[in-house]
Amino acid sequence: MSGRVLIDQPGLDEAAVERIRADFPILLERPHGKPLVFLDSAASSQKPVQVIAAMDDYYRRYHANIHRGVYHISELATEAYEEARRKVAGFINAPSADECIFVRNATEGLNLVAFAWGRRNIRRGDAIVVTEMEHHSNLVPWQVLAQETGAALRLVPVDDAGLLDLSQLDALLDGAKIFAFTAVSNTLGTVNDVALLAARARAAGAISVVDACQAVPRMPVDVQAWGCDFAAFSGHKMLGPTGIGILWGRLALLEAMPPFMTGGGMINVVRLQSSTYADVPARFEAGTPAIAEAVGLGAAVDYLESVGMDAIHSYELALTRIALDRLAEVSAVKVFGPPMAHRTGVISMTVGDIHAHDLATILDSEGVCVRAGHHCNQPLMEKLGVPATARASFYLYNTASEIDVLIRGIEKAKGIFGIA
Amino acid sequence: MNDFGGVDDLYRDFILDHYRHPRNAGTLENPDVTFEDNNPLCGDRIRMDVRIAGDRIEDIRFAGRGCAISQASASLLTEAVKGKTVAEVQQLSDDAVLENLGISISAVRLKCALLGIKVLKSALALKR
Repeated sequence: MSGRVLIDQPGLDEAAVERIRADFPILLERPHGKPLVFLDSAASSQKPVQVIAAMDDYYRRYHANIHRGVYHISELATEAYEEARRKVAGFINAPSADECIFVRNATEGLNLVAFAWGRRNIRRGDAIVVTEMEHHSNLVPWQVLAQETGAALRLVPVDDAGLLDLSQLDALLDGAKIFAFTAVSNTLGTVNDVALLAARARAAGAISVVDACQAVPRMPVDVQAWGCDFAAFSGHKMLGPTGIGILWGRLALLEAMPPFMTGGGMINVVRLQSSTYADVPARFEAGTPAIAEAVGLGAAVDYLESVGMDAIHSYELALTRIALDRLAEVSAVKVFGPPMAHRTGVISMTVGDIHAHDLATILDSEGVCVRAGHHCNQPLMEKLGVPATARASFYLYNTASEIDVLIRGIEKAKGIFGIA
Repeated sequence: MNDFGGVDDLYRDFILDHYRHPRNAGTLENPDVTFEDNNPLCGDRIRMDVRIAGDRIEDIRFAGRGCAISQASASLLTEAVKGKTVAEVQQLSDDAVLENLGISISAVRLKCALLGIKVLKSALALKR
């Protein structure tokens, strides 16, 4: 699995994208009287009517708590919840749906691994390896685990091109128990070679934990081909609702893990002094879960599969190449991140000395939504030598003409700030 | 949807002037109080050095980096508070600071516009 897919064909033609756009009601909104140009899908994607309708349908027709009810609508709800789990499992080619745990988001999934696997297996003197390009959600849980256990936290550096510097990886992985890394950088758009990194971790005797947040929405993902041990991702970045995400893990690892949170739904036998726990995945889903959100995520998977992940990936790469070409023609624009062959549809930039927040405010006045800030990646920002960047990210509903609007907005910002 | 007069209103010439040429920029040799803070959402950072004579702000400098709104707001603030008493500044409301700024600030940019006064009040609190 890698980002080096041929982009000779755009993946989706103009008519297909217009049909897709018609499924997203929010694209009819006109902020500040301008058409909405949503270039912040890496933070959270928009939702098609199919997802909204599936959740609405659940609430209108068969809302009930799952697993415990013996009546008809509870059965329907339980079946829809478990069907969503099977859909997600198929989507990432998990060997078993039981390996897909519903969590709130990737952050919770990563914390679950750090808490349940980490606190059982990490001892003083062990090493935990992460990379410099991690989102805070795949850095801070490991910092805390290292601090609590006395383990060492080691960092794989990022080179000037925005790629992982793997030259010292063997030394870094020596004695490591965990190698946690992202599949795609949310800041630079760098696509990492997950299969290679997972294999290196395995060879060193470490488990691999993949932040798959940016990968699962935008490229075909096969966790078996990746060969990793855990992968976490959020539903809201892949057309699904907020409040639902997935932690996938190898069954043998999950079965050996103690619970993360405890309470109802995750037990087998409860006595006053002690309890036994349910099997995976229920063991890790304490309390009433986000049922409607799971149903919505299932509908999102259906939608993505109906378009096709290969087509989505190719189209996003085509948009990215167009955007990089256009931005290269604009003076004072500096784009961060690796060359096209190693990236996907996330572009971080600065424009002259305009602060990213000022740029984003001016772009907003043109209806263009970009993210401005450190992208939950403060150490990487320091490395890039900027306090913040503006980040444009593309998805299946974006168009080349929206890139024109972005460019015009950047020119407007340059005008206001007097930059040639 | 509130448009707050648009970006042309936000990025007026005097705001950009204070951003490009901040007043009272730099540090003080022997400040009575110093405080630095940042806005973790966007990385705006401001440090304020204050010299206090009696109960009045005799001199003030600020150093920082960040967006035009945060830096211009801090610059304007330093001009406004010089000669004022510590108590007067501590009682300055956010609204008063925004009024002094003279532009309409949307909710998401409030933290930028108010970072300067937050840092200054924190600095003055060290005096007590």
